[in-house]
Amino acid sequence: MKNRIALMLVVVLLVSSGASVLAAERHETLIVGGGPWNPATNWNPLYPQRTSATIGLVYETLFGYNPETNVYKPWLAENGEWISDTVYQVDLRTEAYWSDGEALTAADVVFTYELARDNQLPYTPIWRQLEEVKEISTTRVQFVFSDPSYQEWQIELYTRPIIPQHIWSQIAGDQLLVVANDNPVGSGPYKAGVGGSDRIVWDRDDNWWANDVFGQPQPKQVVEMIIPENNVALGMMMQRTLDLSNYFIPGIPAIKNAFGLSTWFDDAPHMLQANTAVLYLNNQRAPMDDVTFRHALAYAVNPEIIAERVFEYMVPASDPTGLFGGWMAYHDPDVAQEYGFGYNPEFAQQLLDEAGYIDADGDGWRDLPDGKAMSFDIIVPAGWTDWMESIRIIADNFRAIGINASPAFPDQSVYENRMYTGDFDMLINNYGANVSGSPFTYWNWIANHNIHREQVTEGNFGRYDNQELFDLIVEFNKVLPMTAESLAIASQIQRILLEDMPAIPFWQNGMWSTTQSEWWTNWPSEHSPVGYPSTWGGYWQMGGVDMLINLRSTK
Amino acid sequence: MVRYLSKKITIYLVTFVVAVTLNWVIPRLVPGDPITSLLARFSGLEGGREILQSYFVQTFGLNQSLWSQYLGFWRSLFMGDLGLSITRFPAPVMDIIKNAIVYDFVILLPSIVLSWIVGNKFGAVSGVNKKADNLMMPVFYFLTSSPYFWFALVVSYIFGIVLGIFPISHAYSATLSPGWNWTFLSDFLMHWFMPFITMFLVQLGGWAIGMRNMIIYETNTNYSKYMESLGASKKLIRNYGFRNGVLPQVTGLAVSLGTIISGGVLTQVVFAYPGLGYTMVQAIKQSDYFLIQGCFLFLIMMVLAANFIVDIVYMMIDPRVRHSYSEEA
Repeated sequence: MKNRIALMLVVVLLVSSGASVLAAERHETLIVGGGPWNPATNWNPLYPQRTSATIGLVYETLFGYNPETNVYKPWLAENGEWISDTVYQVDLRTEAYWSDGEALTAADVVFTYELARDNQLPYTPIWRQLEEVKEISTTRVQFVFSDPSYQEWQIELYTRPIIPQHIWSQIAGDQLLVVANDNPVGSGPYKAGVGGSDRIVWDRDDNWWANDVFGQPQPKQVVEMIIPENNVALGMMMQRTLDLSNYFIPGIPAIKNAFGLSTWFDDAPHMLQANTAVLYLNNQRAPMDDVTFRHALAYAVNPEIIAERVFEYMVPASDPTGLFGGWMAYHDPDVAQEYGFGYNPEFAQQLLDEAGYIDADGDGWRDLPDGKAMSFDIIVPAGWTDWMESIRIIADNFRAIGINASPAFPDQSVYENRMYTGDFDMLINNYGANVSGSPFTYWNWIANHNIHREQVTEGNFGRYDNQELFDLIVEFNKVLPMTAESLAIASQIQRILLEDMPAIPFWQNGMWSTTQSEWWTNWPSEHSPVGYPSTWGGYWQMGGVDMLINLRSTK
Repeated sequence: MVRYLSKKITIYLVTFVVAVTLNWVIPRLVPGDPITSLLARFSGLEGGREILQSYFVQTFGLNQSLWSQYLGFWRSLFMGDLGLSITRFPAPVMDIIKNAIVYDFVILLPSIVLSWIVGNKFGAVSGVNKKADNLMMPVFYFLTSSPYFWFALVVSYIFGIVLGIFPISHAYSATLSPGWNWTFLSDFLMHWFMPFITMFLVQLGGWAIGMRNMIIYETNTNYSKYMESLGASKKLIRNYGFRNGVLPQVTGLAVSLGTIISGGVLTQVVFAYPGLGYTMVQAIKQSDYFLIQGCFLFLIMMVLAANFIVDIVYMMIDPRVRHSYSEEA
């Protein structure tokens, strides 16, 4: 009786909280997991921590970008090009309109950028290089630069959502980041639906402007379930209550066939690559300030063992340059060959012996050249099981050549604090190493110049100081992409990073993606590489929406 | 009566202030700050992070002295304002909790009440019936020594994966919206069952063992023997034993409420059930000060309120307590 009363209570509360009575058919609903960790509370396109699918499903960018094919897909733009060294011209599609029926025009694009010029918004720094955004006609916009950063601009093209002027011009400057925007008017194929504490719901907008241009997305509803543990995601895949999992699930290669699950590749490495996991060495502490010592560490680790034991070959070991995917366009194989490293513990020991890192006191561990003992902690956040296992292997590899290293697992907030303040020996991180339209993001993260301050948050956590390299990275950003000049600079950057080894790329983390075909088929895979199987924030316009368009219901 | 209540209320108030203060202080002692961790994965133009950082520090008043933050916290609390969540900005903490706590009530309330009633009944039978005792006791010991999250995994595996009867996660199917219809209600019940039965069974064992021991003790006391010698029926003796045995069980309920609620948190995580548990775990991971404060505040209030109810009940069912206070007055 009591639980019945309680149940009535919950129903009353749920109904009174404004939820509607509506049941979508299962074969029209796509259920995904792995993107959001919190229910939807913010649909503000100006605020970076908004509900992640807001960009891509509701608001759209000028271009899409597919990291797998390294192709920019004109989206709101029909085309865009540099018409001079300092002017980038965009022609918008004439078909585009907002979900409330208003036309989407050049004025909206100009407004989106001028809003950041007149207010303090996360993309305000674009105005350090931008001089003016000109509306040439209703569909033509010119971006006039004073000092263009071509590489960053490529990324800007597929990450900046265009927002409707007729709505956002009504909002006061100090409210721009505050509004939740819970009834978002965008130009994208979906609208915010009625979610709950454990899910986010997106309802298809059947009047999307691009239905005839790109095709209509097939799922009437996309439901993002919030799943706290990856074993729950696996269970849901087995129960067929989850169509696409973007969680790292251990054991997938072994069980996927038995349970009818699929990944991008049929065989190893199974998953696409999403980012590079890097071992940061604190260059401010001895002996990590010694380049020979850093080289010895690189040769001491066997990343194949990590790929095998931790990731069951779902991901490959990293290229010595740390580059992958579209970045490989700038990869210099000669440099990688000449300066690259690989697992060679004998050579690592030889390097250490020659540099004087020998066991002076006979305790079994190598000491500093001056005879002082040395020992190191390698840290990753507690609970990140794949990384925890990885640094156990790395520490074992180090100990095998006489370096006293041990893994440690502080809480994530403590880990991050130690990373930013330089209070660590070694750590694994990948925050800024995500797949993108330019290797500039990776280099500017691994060797960021902004290190002379208390908290280093933009990358280069080991505070490696090399002005020559910093200048090269800036220069790379400022020459036109894929020219002989930019390729030459890219080679130099790769050479310096390998010669100096400020941080060591060891393996790639996967774009974890497991699918089942009970309700939906035609998933993007190596056999049909259309779209990108990711629901992570920032990936919907990187092939996620293409995936929705190409899916087919089994019914 | 009044004296009893006023004494109790004073104790509760002091406990409340101390507990709330602790839960305000502890997250702030952890190195790092919520804004930096919120922006840890910020990717965008260089300089964008600084703009957001200074904006948020200002918005959440984290640049003020700790004292003024603390006093501000109490000021807002009296006005029923728990602030805005950092990780779910700009949602008010109160709204987040209101949406989540419903799910705690539907699991905790029935499981606590039913397991207590059923556990005591089973324990009483076990205490007087040797056969039943031999059969049931091992089961009760197994149940009571099972950690909640482990038992939840077992239940989930057996009923969800192997038998495939119940859905293993969330509060209702992805295709449904909450509503007054049988489709939704039955679906909701199916999702509710496994977290409920986990909480119910693990608690059940403890109550049964407690009552069984009390009954055995009570039936061997002098008053029982005296009743027996007067020719009273076994049933009558047992009923008196039960009435006396229930008293420590009520106290036990008050004592174990904290454990039960924290067990509820873990159970919710296993079943991805969207109560305060998951909200709190996420808030702690992301050091969302205001959401942590809000969640703990509600948990503290739940424990104190439940304890208070138990105290009142105790006074009503135990005449000694009632009389001792009224005589003194």
